[in-house]
This record gives sequence, C-alpha cells and structure tokens, in this order.
Amino acid sequence: MTAVLTANDVTVRAGAATLLDSVSLSVAAGETVALVGPNGAGKSTLLKVLSGELRPDRGEVQIKDRAVECYHPRDLAAQRAVLAQSISLTFPFTVEEIVQMGAGDRKGAAVGREVETALRAVDLSAYRHRIMTTLSGGEQQRAHFARILVQLAFGQAEHGPGLLLLDEPTASLDLRHQLDLLNLARAWAAKGTAVIAVLHDLNLATLFADRIVMLDRGRIVASGPAAETITDAWLERVFKVATAVGRVPASGVPFVLPHSIGGGERL
Amino acid sequence: MIVVADQTAPVSGAAPRPAAVLVFGCLFLLLIAVGIISMTVGAAGISLSRLFAVFGVGAGDPATLARDEVVLWSIRFPRILMAGLVGALLATAGTTMQGLFRNPLADPALVGVSSGAALAAAITIVVGDKFVVGHVLSIPFEILPVAAFFGALITTMLLYRIATRHNRTSIAIFLLGGIAIAALTNAGIGLLVFLSDDRQLRDITFWLLGSLGGATWSKVGTIAPFLIAGLIAMVAIARGLDLLSLGESEAFHSGIPVERLKRVSIVLIAAATGAAVSVSGVIGFVGIVVPHLLRLIIGPGHRQLLPASMLLGAALMMAADSVARIIAAPAEVPIGIITAVIGAPFFLYLLLRQRSLVAL
Repeated sequence: MTAVLTANDVTVRAGAATLLDSVSLSVAAGETVALVGPNGAGKSTLLKVLSGELRPDRGEVQIKDRAVECYHPRDLAAQRAVLAQSISLTFPFTVEEIVQMGAGDRKGAAVGREVETALRAVDLSAYRHRIMTTLSGGEQQRAHFARILVQLAFGQAEHGPGLLLLDEPTASLDLRHQLDLLNLARAWAAKGTAVIAVLHDLNLATLFADRIVMLDRGRIVASGPAAETITDAWLERVFKVATAVGRVPASGVPFVLPHSIGGGERL
Repeated sequence: MIVVADQTAPVSGAAPRPAAVLVFGCLFLLLIAVGIISMTVGAAGISLSRLFAVFGVGAGDPATLARDEVVLWSIRFPRILMAGLVGALLATAGTTMQGLFRNPLADPALVGVSSGAALAAAITIVVGDKFVVGHVLSIPFEILPVAAFFGALITTMLLYRIATRHNRTSIAIFLLGGIAIAALTNAGIGLLVFLSDDRQLRDITFWLLGSLGGATWSKVGTIAPFLIAGLIAMVAIARGLDLLSLGESEAFHSGIPVERLKRVSIVLIAAATGAAVSVSGVIGFVGIVVPHLLRLIIGPGHRQLLPASMLLGAALMMAADSVARIIAAPAEVPIGIITAVIGAPFFLYLLLRQRSLVAL
C-alpha cells in the first residue's frame, strides 16, 4: 500500500522545551492509527504538524508525496480533513449551515446530498435548523464531525481517498456516539482514507486502530498493533501506572484495567 | 443506529431561515421608501405631489417647481445619497470587523478606528494647509478619504496586533485596546484643534460632531468607488469570515488562506471607515446595530449578511439623517447624536447579554 502521509524527522521546539523530537511516521491508505500517550507527550502538536497548521523546526511532512507547505490551503483541504478537540462559535449558525461549510465554495445539488448524508451519519437530521450554540457539547462535536465528513466526501470525489485527522474526537461524546464516530472513521478507512486519531481512552484505541503509536515526551516509543503495544510493560513505562491488560474472549482484542486509583500503585 | 431520545426530543427554534430573495426584496423596498420620505422632509417641506412633479410625474405649480428643483438637486439628493453611502460603508465596516474579530460588539467608531481616520484627515488639513498649500488655497477634498483610509488602516492593524495573541482574539482586550486607541487619537485631534487657526478649526470641528451637512455631488462621487470596491472585496471574504467564526485553525483546515483573508478584511474595514469618515465625520453605532438586527433575520452567514448590511445601513442612515434635519428644524441636530442615542443603549443591551463572552 502507498503511504498517504509521511513525516520525516519532525522536531518542534518551544523555547527551551522540545515538544517533538525527531518523529518519523508513515501512514498508508486505508490504515487507522491511534496516537496515545500521557498528557504533554506531544500528540496534539504532532497532529498540528501533520495537518500543515504548524511548521516544524526541522523535518518535513508530505501528503501524497508533496510537502504540506507546498499546497494551497484550498488544495490541502481537499486532501486532508481535521476534526479539532473543541470549537467555540461566536455567531448563531444553524447545524445545517455549519455542516454546509464542509463543502467549501462548491454549489449545487451535490452539496445538499452530502450534507444530508453526513447529518444522518452523525444522527443529527432532526437538528438541522437548530442554532449550534443551543446544542450540547457532544451534539456540537457531532455536527462538526458531519462538516468534516462533507469535506472528506468532496475531497475523495475529486482527488481520491485522503487523510483524516481526529484530535480527541470522543472526549465529549456518550459511549454510543463514541463508538458511532470511530465506526464512521473506520468506514472511511475501508474506502481508502488514512485515519489518525489522538485518543486518550486506550480501550477505544485498541478497538479502533490497526496500529497504536505511543508517544512519550515528544518521541515515538512504540508503534504496532494493539496486541504488541497495549501491554502491561509498555503502559507501565509510558503512563507510569500499573495495569492489568486482559483480552476480550471472542476477539482477542486487549483491554486495559488499572489496578487501582490509589497512590500506592504509582510507579 | 437511531437514538430514540434524539428523535423525540423537542426541537425548539427549528424554523428554517426566510428566503434570501424575500429578505433582500424587503430591504430594497425599505431603502426606497426611506429615500422617498427623506426627499420630502427638511427645512423646506416638499410634498409627495411636488416631489413627483420634479420627476415629471403630474403637473406642478411652475413657481414652486423651480424652487423645489433647486432644493432637491443641489442640496437634498446629494445629501440623501451621501447618507446612504456613509450608512452602507459604516455597516460594511462594522460587519467585517465583527467577523474578523469574532466579536459581535465591534464597531469602527467604538474602538477608535473612526477617530484614527479623523485624526489622519485632520493632520492632512492642518499640515497640508501649513506646508503644502499655504494659506491661499484649501487642500483638495479628494485627498481626505485617502488620508482617512491610512489613518483607519493603521488603527485597525494596531488593534489586531493588540487583541490577537496565539491565534486567539480576546473580546475584552479588543474593547479595552480600542478605548486606549480612541483616547490616543482623540488626544491627537485635541492637539490639532489647539494648534489650528480659525479656518482649520472649522474644518476639524466638523469631524468631532459628525454631520452630513456638507454633502455635495463631488463628495458623493469621491466615496462611491469605495462602495464598489467594498462590494468586490465582500465576495472574496464572505465565506472565509464564516469559517473564521469557527477559529483560525478550523478556517485553515477548511481551505481558507487565513492570512490573506485577514489582510483583505483589514483593508476593507479601513477603506470603508476612511471613506465614510472623510465626508461625514465620526458617526458611531451604525456598524454595531445593523449586523446584529440582520443576524436575527437572515442568520450570520456573511454571503448574505454583508450585502444586506449595506442596504440596511444605507436605509438607517438616511432615516437618521431625516430625523436630524426635522427634529429641531430649521436647525440641524448633528447626526452622530441621533445614532448614539439609538445605538448606545443597544450596545449596552448586547453587552449585558454577552457578558460571558466579555469576561476577562
């Protein structure tokens, strides 16, 4: 499979601190990757660099063999979509207007169709005329995901499958919608989109991702399938907690259970 | 998977927005109605039938007809047109400023951009008078909009620098920074008032009050191109401003060249404010009232909001100017007083409603 995204030797500094230290990563078309790691490990910074929003101090990011900074923002938006962690809105846009923004300056019946499809996918069809700010945090997040889906759909139609970046997409969602969102992301991966998600919930990460990339203090310390990376040894080393990793009997997918919340278990 | 609770939940406020055609049709009718009414009122009252006679509809008394023609063509028409242009420009500047700063409380007069434009114009009058033209000629009026534009541009850029840190614009710092800028520019104007001679003083005082009294066809002609340029710029920035309301990162992720958007918006704010200020002085609150009212009707999408602001801004300013002309006739109340009396309570109401947004 061809790599949709490659990051080479990416280093980001902020003053004296090194946020990312020589990170290299390659993600193939159709692959799902979960970025995990403790707070301050550099996950969000890495996502910013991959999206082209932040220029690294050293190294380069390429999407489809072209450096991200060489794309016009409009062309980049047709190749990669980003769902941010939390978005605050100043003006009273309706859900439908927000989702339509994903279509860019495209017009015509196709826009209406894609908006409809995306609203249905995130379970917000009945909310289309509601003002965004009257919705709960989770509902707003789903509306923004619908906007991202519209952006992805047009990008894919025009340039083939691209890249989807998700920053903590499930943080404000209930369990049902957490699974729905990750399931939708996997469905796009099945159509060839490369998906990278920052996830705090390790159990969701193992369910979602083909590959877990574990970051610690700005470096990638482990990368591989959940069976190899979500282990007691790695979790102890990276998260400094004692865990008991078990296996779901039917599928063999690992799940994570901390021993306790007590300070005595801190390593 | 359908979540039952979501489907049955009461969906309040779920009515779709009215059709754009309908809204723009109403705004056009309003503009024309206000325009006709303001042609009939003023120091010399001109009834509707006499107004139509001037346009060749129906017969008029030849004696009054000649007088009416003079009053309308040389005084009232340019004044009404200029009121419309100034209103449209100020509303455009306000709407763009609110979009750029993601702040519904922005207005060029409120945050010192208008007084920046006025200061630059005043400097041009005094300095131009002293060093360039001497005491023989008045400096050509056409220079003032350009000077006012640069004054507005500098203040807008300064304000942007002050209020925006790390891609985030603080509403509180924006308003407080605006107060500081307004204080500085007003001090500058005060200094010029102190230094100027009687004739210059008359010209400068004009900016302090805000008035459409000096309307002429040549002034209308000088600022009309700014409105056309504004219309063109609107097309370029409308969608970008929509996405910018989600944040700078989101706008970039969605394909907007954010830096270019910001530059074009700042130039549009400065050009619209500068042009309006150069002919009418500092008139506040138009830029804050108009977009707010329109958002309630057509929503916050800038593709409709910006052109609709032009229409409603023009209508409101023409109405305010009519009031200014008749409320103390034959004397004239400065129009800035009328807009402040309407706009300031409105601003306070918005401020109280948006208290959470302004919190430091």
